[in-house]
Amino acid sequence: MILQADPRFLDAGEAALVVEFGDMVDPAVNDRVLALDAALRADPPAGAREFVPTYRSLMIHYDPLRIDRAGLIAIVRRMMAGLAEWRGGGTSWTLPCCYDPALAEDIDEAAGILGLTRDDIVALHTKATYRVYMCGFTPGQIYLGGVPEPLKISRRATPRPPHAAGAVSIGGGLGTVVPFVMPTGWYVIGQTPERLYAAERKDAFLIQAGDILRFDPIDLATFRNLEQRAASGDIVASKRAA
Amino acid sequence: MTTALAMLRILSVGPGATLQDGGRHGYLRFGVTAAGPMDPLSHAAANLAVGNPAGATAIEVSVGGIELTTERASLNVAIAGGEFALSLDGRPLPTAVAFNLEEGAVLKIRAGAGGSWCYLAVAGQFTMPKVLGSHATHTRTGFGGANGRALSTGDRLGIERSASSQPSIGAIVAPWLDRPLDTIRVVLGPQHDYFANHQIAAFLAGPWTVSARSDRMAYFLDGPRLSHARGYNIVSDGIAIGAIQVPGDGRPIVLMADRQSTGGYPKIATIIGPDLGRLAQARPGAVFRFAAVSIAEAVAARRQEAALLARGVVVEPLVRSHFSSEFLLGLNLIDGVVGAKA
Repeated sequence: MILQADPRFLDAGEAALVVEFGDMVDPAVNDRVLALDAALRADPPAGAREFVPTYRSLMIHYDPLRIDRAGLIAIVRRMMAGLAEWRGGGTSWTLPCCYDPALAEDIDEAAGILGLTRDDIVALHTKATYRVYMCGFTPGQIYLGGVPEPLKISRRATPRPPHAAGAVSIGGGLGTVVPFVMPTGWYVIGQTPERLYAAERKDAFLIQAGDILRFDPIDLATFRNLEQRAASGDIVASKRAA
Repeated sequence: MTTALAMLRILSVGPGATLQDGGRHGYLRFGVTAAGPMDPLSHAAANLAVGNPAGATAIEVSVGGIELTTERASLNVAIAGGEFALSLDGRPLPTAVAFNLEEGAVLKIRAGAGGSWCYLAVAGQFTMPKVLGSHATHTRTGFGGANGRALSTGDRLGIERSASSQPSIGAIVAPWLDRPLDTIRVVLGPQHDYFANHQIAAFLAGPWTVSARSDRMAYFLDGPRLSHARGYNIVSDGIAIGAIQVPGDGRPIVLMADRQSTGGYPKIATIIGPDLGRLAQARPGAVFRFAAVSIAEAVAARRQEAALLARGVVVEPLVRSHFSSEFLLGLNLIDGVVGAKA
C-alpha cells in the first residue's frame, strides 16, 4: 500500500506541521497528500485548524495550546495506518476555455517555442485530462498536472505583464488557471469565462485539490455570452461527481 | 447598553491604513491568506480596552498616520501599538489610551518615537459586509475592509455602537506592549536542510537589518548573503505565517500577514508566534539577531502571551498630574478623575 511509507514531519514554526511525502511533482505522491487530507477533514483532531494540501506535502495548521506536536503526529500516523489507496474523491469538471488570440495572448509565442501550430496547442490542451494538484498562491487558483508532453514549456525568465482574470496558462511542465489579474512567468494560452472564485456565491470556490479537469474549446462570441452569465452568478462550467 | 449608528469619518490618511480583524481563517486550502493584524498583541489590547473580543475589527494605522472624527454619535475608542504620537483636538494623549470620542472631535494619530503599526479599536461593530466571514483587508486580492482597499480620505465607516459613553479618559496599562526588538526567536525549518550548518550559524548570527522594502506581505532583511547547499528551487509547498524564505539571491524574506499561501523557495526557519508582532513593529533600519528555540520553548512563550491577554487590559484614569487642568476640563471629565483609581 502506498501509504505505508513513513512521511517526514517538518516544523513550520510551533503552529504548523508539514507532512511531507516526497520532493517531486508526482501523482503518486500527491495521492498520499490527498488521502491524508480527506481523512483529516472527515475526522479533524481537536486543535487542528486548517489543512493545506500541496503537490507533495500537507500542511496542518494547529493551535499548540490545544494539541501538542507529538499528539498530532500520533493521530496522523494512526490515520495513515487505516487508510486505503487514494481513489480520487474529487469532482470532474469541464471548464469552457477560449483560445482566440484576442484572449490567449501568448498562444502564438508558445507555439513558436514549442514548434507547434496554434491549432496543435488547442487540440493537445483540450484532449488531455488534468489533475488539480493544489490550490494556491492566489485565491481559487489551481495548479494542474497532466499537461501533454508536447505542451511542456519552461517558465519565462522574467514575468510578463498582468493577464486577465480567468487566464489559462502553461509553464514549468504544468498548467494553471488564475482568477485574478496578475503578472505571470507562465504562457497564457486561453481564458475561461468561469469564475473559480466568487465571494457572493454559495460555493465561493468551485474547484479544489483532487478534482479532475478538462477544457472545452469555445469561440469568442460564446466566451462573451458565458462571461455575462458568470457575472450574474451562474456556474458555466459543468461538473460530475467522481 | 445603548446602540446607535456612528460614522467614523476619515479626514486624512497616509498609505497603508486598513481594517483588520483576527483574520480570514479556514480558506488557506483555496489559496486565501488570513491577513489580520501585523501586531496581533497590540490589536487585541486595543480591542479588550473597549470591551470587544480580542479579534474584533479595528483600524490598523501605518506610519503614514490618520486623522478622523465621528459623526452622528460619540464612540468609545482605544489606541494601542507602537509609540505613535496621538492628539485629540490638538492636545497630546498618551500612546496607549482609551476615551470617549465626541462627535466632531478630531483624533490624530501620527508616527512617533517608534513602531510601525498602531490600532484604533471602537466599542461596537463595523457595519460593512464581510468577505468569507472576515473584515480583514487583503489589498492584493481586494478582499475585506473598505471595498478591499486601504482606507482613504473621505471614507465614512459605519459602526453599530455597543456601549454608552465612557466616563473618563484612561491610559491602557500594558507594559508588556513595550517589546524591544533585540532577539527574534525562530524554530528552524521546514527546509533548513537546504543549508549547510555554517550557513545556519550565519543566519542566526546576523546581524539583520529591516529593509525599507517591507510591507504587510513581507519584510526583506539586509545582512550576510546566505548560500544554499541544495539549490534554491523546491516544489511549492505551504507557507506558514512568519516563514523565512531564502530565494536565489540569498537575502531572507520574512513572510507576514498578507503572505502568499504557497511558495517555491526553501524556508530556513519560522518566527515563533509571539515574536512576529515584535518584528512587525520594527522600522526599516532596525537591527536584530535570530535565536533558535525548541517547539516547547515557542509554545511556552505562546502560553505566556495568552495568559497576559486572559488577564484583560487595565485602563487607568488619567490624573491631574499628567495633563493640564485646562485639558482635562476641556474633556469634561475632571470630576470623575481626581483621585480616581482603576
